Amino acid sequence: MSDVTRNRPLSPHLTIYKPIPTMMMSIAHRMTGAALYFGTVLLAWWLVAASAGEAYFEWVNGIFGSFPGQLVLFFYTWALMHHMLGGMRHLVWDTGRGMDKDASTRFAWATLGGSITLTILIWIAGYVFRG
Amino acid sequence: MELRTPLGRVLGLGSAKQGTDHFWRQRVTAVANLFLITFFVIFIVVYNGEPHAVVTGALANPLIAVLIGLVVLSALIHMRLGMQVIIEDYIHNEAIKILLVMANTFFAIAVGGLCLFAVLKLGFGG
Repeated sequence: MSDVTRNRPLSPHLTIYKPIPTMMMSIAHRMTGAALYFGTVLLAWWLVAASAGEAYFEWVNGIFGSFPGQLVLFFYTWALMHHMLGGMRHLVWDTGRGMDKDASTRFAWATLGGSITLTILIWIAGYVFRG
Repeated sequence: MELRTPLGRVLGLGSAKQGTDHFWRQRVTAVANLFLITFFVIFIVVYNGEPHAVVTGALANPLIAVLIGLVVLSALIHMRLGMQVIIEDYIHNEAIKILLVMANTFFAIAVGGLCLFAVLKLGFGG
């Protein structure tokens, strides 16, 4: 029975298509989602550090405040914003709106532009408020 | 020709017997996350770099403690559903797939256990 399916021709896949905005943002949505998934370990670490006491918290804060730490958190912020805007796009699509070629391509660019803008604004606000 | 039984059609649960449950929970937590993550980002912007006493003082506030707890719960439920889809899409070996789907749940619960312990401890006064 399963031999019937074994020699079916495969449809052209990722490598054969020209990259287009909607496709790239779809891939980015999934990749940022996966990155945020593993990034929750950072949230758990930070909360546990806060509950563990001052010395350990300051040590963890020092790591997050270092250049590599800030770099990771910067991209984590971007992943969060990109996934959030991408998700809002999906919620609109769930209502059946915005699925034509022009609208979905505009959504794709808006997701990218919006996520970069929001990330920069959040980091400016973060440094303004930095204690 | 319709091969589904009238009962099966009316229940609308499909082959996984869960119907639209996965899809719907993903959407409900997505909408919740819009508000909760916005709160979380503002919280981090305001308290980043603050000394330990200031951060724990903020997390001892009941409203903030409850909201951070909800951020954790909603985000973890959402990400567990999402990662399950990724696993089901790319892992074709049945045994490995089942193990990874299970590990996915364990990971979400482990992160949730750590976060909620910390939030509760701080919420109840450190």
